[in-house]
Amino acid sequence: MSAIQARPAPDQPPSRAPSLVALEGVDKTFANGTVALSGLDLDIRENEFVSLLGPSGCGKSTALRILAGLVAPSTGRVAWAGGGTGEDHRGEIGFVFQEPTLMPWASVADNVFLPLRLRGVARARAQEAIDASLALVGLSKFAHAYPRELSGGMKMRVSIARALSLRPRILLMDEPFAALDEITRFKLNDDLLRLQQEFGCTIVFVTHSVYESVYLSTRIVVMAARPGRIVAEIPVEEPIPRDETFRTTPLYGRLCREASAALHGAMGAQEHL
Amino acid sequence: MSETRAVVGGTVSDARGETREHTRAETRGAAAPAAARDRSKILRIALPLAVFALVIVGWERYVVAYEVPHYILPAPTLILKTLISDWPVLATSLVQTLQTTFLGLLLAVVGGVGLAVLLSLSRLVEYSLYPYAVVLQVTPVVAISPLLLIYMPQEAAVLTCAWIVAFFPILSNTTLGLQSVDRNLLELFDLYGATKPRWAPPWLGRFLSRVKALWYLRRPAALPYFLAGLKIAGGLALIGAVVAEIAAGSAGAGSGLAYRILESQFRLNIPRLFAALALLSATGVVIFLALSTVSHLLLRRWHESALSEER
Repeated sequence: MSAIQARPAPDQPPSRAPSLVALEGVDKTFANGTVALSGLDLDIRENEFVSLLGPSGCGKSTALRILAGLVAPSTGRVAWAGGGTGEDHRGEIGFVFQEPTLMPWASVADNVFLPLRLRGVARARAQEAIDASLALVGLSKFAHAYPRELSGGMKMRVSIARALSLRPRILLMDEPFAALDEITRFKLNDDLLRLQQEFGCTIVFVTHSVYESVYLSTRIVVMAARPGRIVAEIPVEEPIPRDETFRTTPLYGRLCREASAALHGAMGAQEHL
Repeated sequence: MSETRAVVGGTVSDARGETREHTRAETRGAAAPAAARDRSKILRIALPLAVFALVIVGWERYVVAYEVPHYILPAPTLILKTLISDWPVLATSLVQTLQTTFLGLLLAVVGGVGLAVLLSLSRLVEYSLYPYAVVLQVTPVVAISPLLLIYMPQEAAVLTCAWIVAFFPILSNTTLGLQSVDRNLLELFDLYGATKPRWAPPWLGRFLSRVKALWYLRRPAALPYFLAGLKIAGGLALIGAVVAEIAAGSAGAGSGLAYRILESQFRLNIPRLFAALALLSATGVVIFLALSTVSHLLLRRWHESALSEER
């Protein structure tokens, strides 16, 4: 665990924490003329867990890719705390795709090693970080296994371990559990919450599941499509750590109704256009 | 009705929740399918051997019963005898043909992989050269060989023929393989690997990051495709060598197996013709098996093709 030390617990709740990165007036129009995002302002604060919730085609994945620097905004900018361009902050970003996106020819440990290897870290020096990442996702025993020997949920854990190997300040996740069955998804939701506690990083999580967004987030950002924009922001004031009992509280029910209503509003707005 | 629905619902959710471990554990636990697999493995080896034995015995009996002269159809036993008695001549020819085949295959691997890498690094090279690689492939090598024999010494011409036919499957498969990397992996690569040296101009930075992606991602992703191409190319290199030897024919001073076949035909030494033919067939089979083994050894840990063989 010494290579990846937990950050100190935040003194203040995430809602009042300093800004880490922000999208400022971001528009994105693709080459084929599709307007994916229009006038997007989104401030991500330290140690927040922000869910981007919205129907398909609302640009939530595009917003995430712009944050990661994988896509350039047409207008507007990505403002990092302390200045600098996206390229300067690449070492601080972990990205998890909807698919595990593992290299089938490499062992679990080698897959987790990839980001470190690409940044020029020698294998011997990286070993500690690899072990620590795998321990965080509970896959220490599978370091030498190959992806094809793992279940879907385990592959996703490897993908998360890989994103953690650089010890990122911000973890960007693009519908990471959408392809998994519900039991595995619930398990990974709990693991992700625990992991954020232990590891202490900011998470931006794209999803189209209302329940998932309420259970995980400190703030839900609801988006509508055509053009992609923010229509509602719902703070989730349940303290962290959370567990399964949260799902039975009145607050959980109220937030789910609120988020569902916002989502339906967003989809209704889409139909009227 | 409602009961049925519940059961169906249960099965569906089970099926969704199923992981690979479950499937594996089930196969391991069941002894009956394992026995069935062994039986089918034995059958797969025993059946073709039985067919071979049947054909040989039938052939032998037919030749003996109808007293077929050996210059028309020699009996299998006579072919075997010839193979042993003419071994010194045939072995020299075999070595000659093998040399041409392997040298041709080696050059095809170097050229095919080299060009595929160039094509993957530069669109300009791809657009300029790929069409000619196709032209070279679709023009029948038998039709090119007489020309080659005019312009080149015979050994070089034969080698060139083997190279031409073996080159294309390696080029096209490796090119396909180098392009078949998961898009998301390439994006991940952009995210983590786009640290360009500060002194480098942008074009050099782009080139360096392409080389990096080639080495870390495209090279391993292309391996199964390359090996499939190599399996095809191995057989084709032998065919190319034989075609060129046949084209050179009696005019040449060659001593490969194909030349022995032509020579035996002129001299009506049909048993030796069959012996040389059998050697050529066996060579082709051995090359194929050897390359399949290499492929299996390299891919068995991770690739689906090797996995299905194990099951």
